Amino acid sequence: MSSQDVALYGLLAEFDKPEDLFEAAKRTHAEGYRRIEAYTPIPMEGLAEALGHHTTRLPLLTLLGGVLGGLTGYALQYYASVLDYPLNVGGRPLHSWPAFIPVTFELTVLGAAFFTVLGMLALNGLPMPYHPLFNVSEFKLASRDRFFLCIEARDPRFDAERTGEFLRRLGSRAVYEVPP
Amino acid sequence: MSHPPSESAGAAAQPGQGSLSAPVIEPGHTFASVTDKISAIVLSRQSPRSWFVGFAISFVLLMVFLYATGYLLATGVGLWGNNVPVAWAFDIINFVWWIGIGHAGTLISAVLLLLRQEWRTSINRFAEAMTLFAVACAGLYPLLHLGRPWVFYWLLPYPNTMGLWPQFRSPLVWDVFAVSTYGAVSLLFWYVGLIPDMATLRDRARRRVAQVVYGILAMGWRGSAVHWHRYQVAYLLLAGLATPLVVSVHSIVGLDFATSLLPGWHVTLFPPYFVAGAIFSGFAMVMTLAIPLRAVYGLEDFITLRHLGNMAKVMLATGLIVAYGYLMEAFFAWYSGNEYEWFLTINRALGPYAATYWSLIVCNVAVPQLLWFRAVRRNVPLLFVIALVVNVGMWLERFVIIVTSLHRDFLPSSWDMYYPTVWDLAQFAGSIGLFLTLLFLFIRFLPVIAIFELRELVHDTEEGHA
Amino acid sequence: MTLDPTRRDPRAPAPLARAGEAAGGLAPGNRAYWRSLEQLAATPEFRSFVEREFPRHASEWHDVSGRRNFLKLMAASLALAGATGCVREPAETIVPYVRSPEQAVPGKPLFFATATTLGGYARGVLVESHMGRPTKIEGNGEHPASRGATDAFAQASILSLYDPDRSQTVMFRGRIDTWDRFLTTLAAELPGLVNRQGKGLHLLTGTVTSPTLADQIQRLLGRFPAAEWHQYEPLGPDNIRAGARLAFDSDVDMLYHFDRARVVLSLDADFLAGMHGSLRYARDFMQTRREAAHKPGAGAPMNRLYVVEPTPSLTGAMADHRLPLSGGRIESMARAVAARLGVEGFDGAGEAAEGVWDRWLAAVAEDLSGQRGAGLILAGEGQPPGVHAVAHAINGALGNVGRTVEYIEPVEARPRDQRASLADLVRRMRSSEVELLVILGGNPVYTAPADLEFADNLSRVRLCIHLSDYYDETSFLSHWHIPAAHELESWSDARAHDGTATILQPLIAPLYGGKTAHEVVAALSGEAQRTSFEIVEQHWQERLESQEPGAAWRKALHDGIVPGTAAEVRQVQWSPASGTMDDALREDQAGDGEPVEIVFRRDPTIFDGRFANNGWLQELPKPLTKLCWDNAALISQATAQRLGVANEDVVELHVGKHTVDAPVWIMPGQADDTVTVPLGYGRWRTGRVGEGLGFNGYAIRVSDQPWTARGRLKKTRRRYPLVTTQDHWSMEGRDLVRVAAWDQYERQAGHRQPNGDAGGGDAGGGPAAQAGHGPAAHGGHEPVSLYPEYPYEGNAWGMVIDQTACIGCNACVVACQAENNIPIVGKEQVGRGREMHWLRIDRYYEGEGDDVAGLLGNPQTFFQPMLCMHCEKAPCEVVCPVAATVHDHEGLNEMIYNRCVGTRYCSNNCPYKVRRFNYLQYVDEKTEVLKLLRNPDVTVRSRGVMEKCTYCVQRISAARIDAKKENRAIRDGEVVTACQAACPTQAIVFGNINDGTSRVRALKELPLNYALLDELGTQPRTTYLARLVNRHPRLGAAPIAGAQRGERDQEGERTGT
Repeated sequence: MSSQDVALYGLLAEFDKPEDLFEAAKRTHAEGYRRIEAYTPIPMEGLAEALGHHTTRLPLLTLLGGVLGGLTGYALQYYASVLDYPLNVGGRPLHSWPAFIPVTFELTVLGAAFFTVLGMLALNGLPMPYHPLFNVSEFKLASRDRFFLCIEARDPRFDAERTGEFLRRLGSRAVYEVPP
Repeated sequence: MSHPPSESAGAAAQPGQGSLSAPVIEPGHTFASVTDKISAIVLSRQSPRSWFVGFAISFVLLMVFLYATGYLLATGVGLWGNNVPVAWAFDIINFVWWIGIGHAGTLISAVLLLLRQEWRTSINRFAEAMTLFAVACAGLYPLLHLGRPWVFYWLLPYPNTMGLWPQFRSPLVWDVFAVSTYGAVSLLFWYVGLIPDMATLRDRARRRVAQVVYGILAMGWRGSAVHWHRYQVAYLLLAGLATPLVVSVHSIVGLDFATSLLPGWHVTLFPPYFVAGAIFSGFAMVMTLAIPLRAVYGLEDFITLRHLGNMAKVMLATGLIVAYGYLMEAFFAWYSGNEYEWFLTINRALGPYAATYWSLIVCNVAVPQLLWFRAVRRNVPLLFVIALVVNVGMWLERFVIIVTSLHRDFLPSSWDMYYPTVWDLAQFAGSIGLFLTLLFLFIRFLPVIAIFELRELVHDTEEGHA
Repeated sequence: MTLDPTRRDPRAPAPLARAGEAAGGLAPGNRAYWRSLEQLAATPEFRSFVEREFPRHASEWHDVSGRRNFLKLMAASLALAGATGCVREPAETIVPYVRSPEQAVPGKPLFFATATTLGGYARGVLVESHMGRPTKIEGNGEHPASRGATDAFAQASILSLYDPDRSQTVMFRGRIDTWDRFLTTLAAELPGLVNRQGKGLHLLTGTVTSPTLADQIQRLLGRFPAAEWHQYEPLGPDNIRAGARLAFDSDVDMLYHFDRARVVLSLDADFLAGMHGSLRYARDFMQTRREAAHKPGAGAPMNRLYVVEPTPSLTGAMADHRLPLSGGRIESMARAVAARLGVEGFDGAGEAAEGVWDRWLAAVAEDLSGQRGAGLILAGEGQPPGVHAVAHAINGALGNVGRTVEYIEPVEARPRDQRASLADLVRRMRSSEVELLVILGGNPVYTAPADLEFADNLSRVRLCIHLSDYYDETSFLSHWHIPAAHELESWSDARAHDGTATILQPLIAPLYGGKTAHEVVAALSGEAQRTSFEIVEQHWQERLESQEPGAAWRKALHDGIVPGTAAEVRQVQWSPASGTMDDALREDQAGDGEPVEIVFRRDPTIFDGRFANNGWLQELPKPLTKLCWDNAALISQATAQRLGVANEDVVELHVGKHTVDAPVWIMPGQADDTVTVPLGYGRWRTGRVGEGLGFNGYAIRVSDQPWTARGRLKKTRRRYPLVTTQDHWSMEGRDLVRVAAWDQYERQAGHRQPNGDAGGGDAGGGPAAQAGHGPAAHGGHEPVSLYPEYPYEGNAWGMVIDQTACIGCNACVVACQAENNIPIVGKEQVGRGREMHWLRIDRYYEGEGDDVAGLLGNPQTFFQPMLCMHCEKAPCEVVCPVAATVHDHEGLNEMIYNRCVGTRYCSNNCPYKVRRFNYLQYVDEKTEVLKLLRNPDVTVRSRGVMEKCTYCVQRISAARIDAKKENRAIRDGEVVTACQAACPTQAIVFGNINDGTSRVRALKELPLNYALLDELGTQPRTTYLARLVNRHPRLGAAPIAGAQRGERDQEGERTGT
């Protein structure tokens, strides 16, 4: 059993069932904890909300990427065909806009896709090669069939003793101390 | 395979679907069991002999590909049978064929995801992989078929000392953008889907190397609820983007031909009918690969008759669209009163290449009609054969479109015949080798089925029971 | 001799053991090397050795034959690599100037007037020389036989000049030897000769028109009275001479004036392409048609051409009425005509008149008698003297003599019966009377009639000296072989068909140390030190009187003609000795009773075989069959059906005891039961290009029936692959070549302002429904486009091709090849449809659509030169991903080779399929000497690049530069494309269509003008003038191309009897 002076990343509670974790998450949030995070092998609807995260800016990023990509695409073609090196190609006008649409469309999609994926990773703070949780050997099961709830030490209401007690009362099968 | 309990389970598995057909996952599976079974293929389980045999054959073919390619680069495209007027032949036929095959993956992943078709879960992962590899094969052909392949990059817009740019009115440039975008987005889509499974493998791996490699690929994924939230939003957005993309790519491939003025190419119908054809051949190829795979790795629980049946239905539908395309092509040739178009139609059906045309009709129009019958859709070996036939048929379709249109166009004086050389065949066989080699490596080193999505499926199933 | 199939079939494997020896023989430092190189270089063993030396090349081909052809073409470098060991490096011998002459400006070509000869007769040419390298041949406008035009042979002779296979060294008994050693040998001979008065000295030449050479020989004969001078040309004019002698009892040449003729009846005379003076005759003949066609309603008369011939010729293809008739029946036909015209001495006995036959005779007779003094009957060299005599008789009776035909002093130095002359020589050879035989040019071992067995008898000659440009069949059997200098390398002279003399001046020092006939004869006369320059110059200085010395000589050289040398007109009397007409008939009696008639003809592209090693001419499609790299026995559709043979089936041809194997090709318009055998193929010793191709027609050509023989044809099981560049002959009812009947056109176009509808405008039938208008004057409809028209200020280049004038002679094709450095690809690649010609001539047949026999029996033949149309809305440009083909400001569709990546989409999207792709490395970049040949103004294209006609953009820029320097606009006619310059009938006109006064603009405004595949909206800059046919009203209207239509008369006529 650890004592106060040992620095901790947080306390990690392990659950068997998604429902238990869900319940626990709600209660923990109700309890007023804010620096909490749940870890599950499957995406669980509403869990993030239960933990107090409601919106994401990802769709905005996607839109931005799409617009940028499209504009770049058309601008590129216009510059190349009309401004930089105008050529009489088969008697077609320099600004053959119908012919410029396909490339514009493709670049729109490309931009949007890259912004989406990179945005998602960035917001999630990935890649992150090291994380304190990896020190807990049982945490490996988070990618198989176990459900974890972690209350970080940074949380103002965090207290190793009482928080641990609180977590155990939530019906977790075990609570681990997560070294930093 | 469909005993009563599974029926009910299947029903339960599909809330709001009410389908009484086979389930998308056989009952009795838990998070642990699905996780272990799939990851075992990669991590612990010894690969079956059939894998080694298959890989060996594919590898030999890959070597053929490399040899043919090297020789081609050293000698010139004169190695092939192409000529004037038939300046495009196997090269572009194979390009279109591969790119078509490359359509099922993204379609299954994206469109079926948007349509909330859970049955996609078991097949999307490796359909996506198939897409990537097919696109890789497809992408090689436009490069290799160039007279001077070493300057292929002139098709890309980049500032250069010549002060020149690509000619953006050319559908070939559209191709460059379409195919590369499609390749890139498919890769992203595939990789994003892989991240949680990478984490799973990382956590399950015992050997250090595996842990490190999968660890790097997993990028530190921890399954945090917030991450899952953003992840799913991103995945949904990607699906939303990929859907129009997949349609645009083969439309543009269709435009490669439709923008020309050649009888048989200059057809407004091409874009939609090319897309349908692509899905048609794509699903055929997924089926061709899935059936042996599930048998060899005992994945019947995950790739069930339900999946095969649904894919068969999609094939039937798209096959009918393609057949409609053939019909309309002929009809408009007649209706337009254009003597060149009409001559072309007659020449296709009765000319020197008539055999290819009629076998195309048999493969793509006649045979798929069998899929109307439930019995056929549930007969796995027969499905496999039909899928193969459709693959052949779609290749023939491209042959008919490209060669028979070119070999007799406007001026009878320039008419000529096209005959493939041994190098045409070597290049083709070789590209199949490339495709299979990549596929076998994928099966060996990556989870062929999205593990976390299976876990979701199990979860829903249990909820259904609860 | 029977041609050994293994020799003729290129796919026959060469024995490798022997090849091994060859390899040993080539090992450096090996003594065997010098002895055997020359033979080796020409043997299959050597080639097979080469193959294995070059697996990289070898393996490029999908069948052995292809590989071998490829090597024959491309491995030329090898010979040099080997040969340079024993001869001087060409690059050294041809260093052009020590001190550059003042008129030579680097980068600007000079033109020198000289002549090229064919069968001894001269066609004046101007040779373009780039810093001492002759690169291109143009016609000499001053010269009566050229008038600025050239034929395919003249164009291609530039390639022969640089041919690395040309003999490069003196040889004695197959060993390399020297000129000096030869002179020593000769010197040793001379005293003996002098003692014997020259007895045993025999000279064998071809037809000699060269005044200098004739003079030399005369003096030689003066010195050696007992010596003999024999002449032999395989395609010699014996029949023509005999005909004249028959009619006038004296030797005269005929000079025709087609520009004065209104009605022409050709009895198997290919005067448009197959006669001495054809270039001029074709021009004159088309002059009339052009004037009439271009000024409809002006009352300009249109001439009418009747042709009777056993096998289709270019003249037959242009005929308004053509009658296929086996060679044996033509004489009776001629006599029947004569009888109809009431020519005295002809009672019309012979042909019973019935059916078409009757209508034909009636029509011909009516036209001829209606055009007294403006009619012309002429017979071909292949026809027996009797036919010629009849022609003379009719011309005389109709008063055409002195108008459309003139009789002139013979142009030949010494006219004689050449067949008899050769036979005489062989007789003396057989009886070993021949001590010293000097063969100046020619290749009798190959070309002599088979029954003479020239080769065998040659061995009885004590000393045989052979001067020739290749180490050929005759050289191989002669003791001494002297390499002949090419005409462009030598001083000489020659006369044209009208007698006008031209002094040949060399453009370049002999590349391979060749000698001229003048020098050899001089050596015989003991004046070995005299150069051909001295000889020729002295000859002419004596004859050219002039106030200041040398001025006339220089002028003659400069102009390319010697004034006042034309042959005088002779007044002749029609004086046939009694009975001679019947004697004349005997000609064809020999071998009668044999089932088929075999007609010998010169090959349209390699002549009598002398051009066998010329790749350009080998790959040049034969005008009518479109075959290349081979000859074939031509038979009619009906005969083929009767015999049960198809194209490419090998048959045995028998004439007497002589036989040869030949592949069959079905020839529409061929007379039934008549087999045409093109001579000149089946060479076994000439060079890498020409050996082992086709079959040797001389093997069955016997001296008593040299042109028309009776023989047998036997089927075999074998097949022999032939390659053709156009295997489809029908227009599929498409509106490609438009045809109008002259009378109809004149009636309707006459009283109509241009641009409206023209005559015969029924669906697809008549000329272009709407002719050129609008700034660009593209034929056809106002362009309909979503896009605005592209403005072309300044020059807008365009071309018009007159299909009435085009005779399909191929001159333009070779001219284009020479001008634009177009490579040849070899038989195997042509078979794959990869020929590279920028300009091709499409050949179509039209006739009864539903009746194959009728259609192929005697179809109307159409030629359509096909080159880049330079479309204003070019489909090729839009699809190019790298802008490698774009338009310039003057409307040229330009091809930027070094930008091309080779997607080939442009070719797919070109409705005219005029783009050519370098599927492999076709240009031989290794052979040094071929680099001298290339036009420095045109890029040499490498592998993987698309190419096509550029409207000779290099000539346009040259003109533009000159114009800029003089600060003026480019004048009309200042830019002349290579094809246009070569065309004998001026069927191609090029110029600025923005210039309202330009010729091309005027033609585009004719109602005849139309754009090909107009409906595609490509707006081509090249347009066509519809073909006009002037048919006799009672022989049925013109067949309307596009609309398969024909009257019964034609139906009857096609059956040909």
